[in-house]
Amino acid sequence: MLTAQWLYGMSGCLIAALGLRTALLHACLLHRLIGINLTGAGVFMVLIAVAYRGAGMPPDPVPHALVLTGIVVAVSATALALALARRLTAEQIND
Amino acid sequence: MTELLIGLVATPLTGALVTMLLPRFATSVAIAAGVLTTVAAGTLLYGVGTRGALGYDIGGWTAGLGIALRADGLSALLLMMNALVMLAASVYASAYFSKTAERARFWPLWLLLWTALNALLLSGDLFNLYVTLELLGLSAVALASLGNKTAAVQAALRYLLVGLLGSMLFLAGVSLIYAGYGTLDMASLAHVAQAGPIVWPALALMTVGLLLKTALFPLHFWLPPAHASAPAPVSAVLSALVVKASFYLVLRLWLDVFAEAVTPAAASLLGVLGAGAVLWGSWRALRAERLKLLAAYSTVAQLGYLFLFFPLLQALPPGSARDLAVGGLIILALTHGFAKAGLFLAIGIIQQRSGHDTIRELDGTAQRLPATTFAIALGGVALIGLPPSGTFLGKWHLLVAAFTTGQWWWVVVAVIGSLLAAAYIFRVLGHAFGHRAYPNQPVAIAREEWPALLLGVTAAVLMGLAGAPLWRLLEGGA
Repeated sequence: MLTAQWLYGMSGCLIAALGLRTALLHACLLHRLIGINLTGAGVFMVLIAVAYRGAGMPPDPVPHALVLTGIVVAVSATALALALARRLTAEQIND
Repeated sequence: MTELLIGLVATPLTGALVTMLLPRFATSVAIAAGVLTTVAAGTLLYGVGTRGALGYDIGGWTAGLGIALRADGLSALLLMMNALVMLAASVYASAYFSKTAERARFWPLWLLLWTALNALLLSGDLFNLYVTLELLGLSAVALASLGNKTAAVQAALRYLLVGLLGSMLFLAGVSLIYAGYGTLDMASLAHVAQAGPIVWPALALMTVGLLLKTALFPLHFWLPPAHASAPAPVSAVLSALVVKASFYLVLRLWLDVFAEAVTPAAASLLGVLGAGAVLWGSWRALRAERLKLLAAYSTVAQLGYLFLFFPLLQALPPGSARDLAVGGLIILALTHGFAKAGLFLAIGIIQQRSGHDTIRELDGTAQRLPATTFAIALGGVALIGLPPSGTFLGKWHLLVAAFTTGQWWWVVVAVIGSLLAAAYIFRVLGHAFGHRAYPNQPVAIAREEWPALLLGVTAAVLMGLAGAPLWRLLEGGA
């Protein structure tokens, strides 16, 4: 079962790296925002894999609590970014 | 005494909620909350000075599960600087925003920013630091976007994306640490963390994330537009306090928590980036056409000096020489906070009175706004590092440490940076003292000019005199 934990952890790292690549290399705002969110999802997946403590054992609750908090923060940050992007588009159309 | 730790977070937070519910009384509520927070910060500083470090576990949950608040000499000093700068900028902002709608939008975000700053400085574990970093970033971005121009929104959006990326990198490092050690409490990590394949990548991820937020050269690209297009009181705290918060974290991680894992090569890399920041930031400040852009690039340069200390501290053995250098670093950071806030507030007055902040067209400002020009000069004294400013003390200890450890090349960087700083400050003053005469100008000092003046005096005179008690406090608290 140790391999399952590694599989999840490594996939998380891979997703985070792919997200980071999109966030850094794309010029389009929406692409970059989704990239940052993907990075977050990858990091959360690593944290969830960290919580595994072996077959038959309950998982460590602390990383799960961290992921929940992290999701709340990520959602609010994404909302702020989208609100700013809408205002920017509206002002550019007005100009 | 430990209730103060909660009060420092709860007071501005309550203020933020009340100002949102009662927009009509927002200004007076915000000033009252600001005064209370400042009194609490002063009491905490006194308490830490007399009794040593303080701690409080919220709700009785111990570190590991609950939220632990900790205050030592370093965090108490930074809390005090935050409080004084925020209070001065609040008084200024009460005159700066004239429309009720503007005030209703500004005050809740402003107090949330203050809450986040205080919570960050008091946090005892790495995950709460991540949350407070995000709170700080979100409220700072929202405030920066109040500039009401397309440029401000654009800069705020870029600031937000950079900030998010920085926090994600920080969080990735935090999860590695949890995977390796099963705890995020900084005090326990300081005992168990060792150099190795877990701490190195984790520290690298967290540091890159924080450097992105601290705008260390070459990751500074987002700072000048964001700081230059925000409203004046917001620019003041973004440049003086917000970038210092993430710098404080770098300092904590490198000097306290993961001190074991730091290698001389890594510390030298930070020093080289700092040197790049000093030279490039000062040069761009000298070439800037607008005052606000000059102040923003000067922030990039001044942050660079703080990183010059890292290779020196790495080379110094524990003892009084190292303590003196750490004190020099802190006093440099504090003085820059006061000086840069005062400078941005003074620039805001010039911009509001004359409708622009173009350096070439400042002619006669010294006659029309003598007190404001004096505030710029005081801030300039502190930015250049002339005695008796705190910067002079800080740079003195930088030079002493550089010669003691034989790393003389940092001295060259500091000297060139100071000369460039003198050039960009005197360039502004030269334009402000024009040849044309403007007879019969009133010499009264307006209400909004006081905060900038007081911040300037603090940076240029008081911080230089505060050296001895400051070092005592740092030694007692560490």
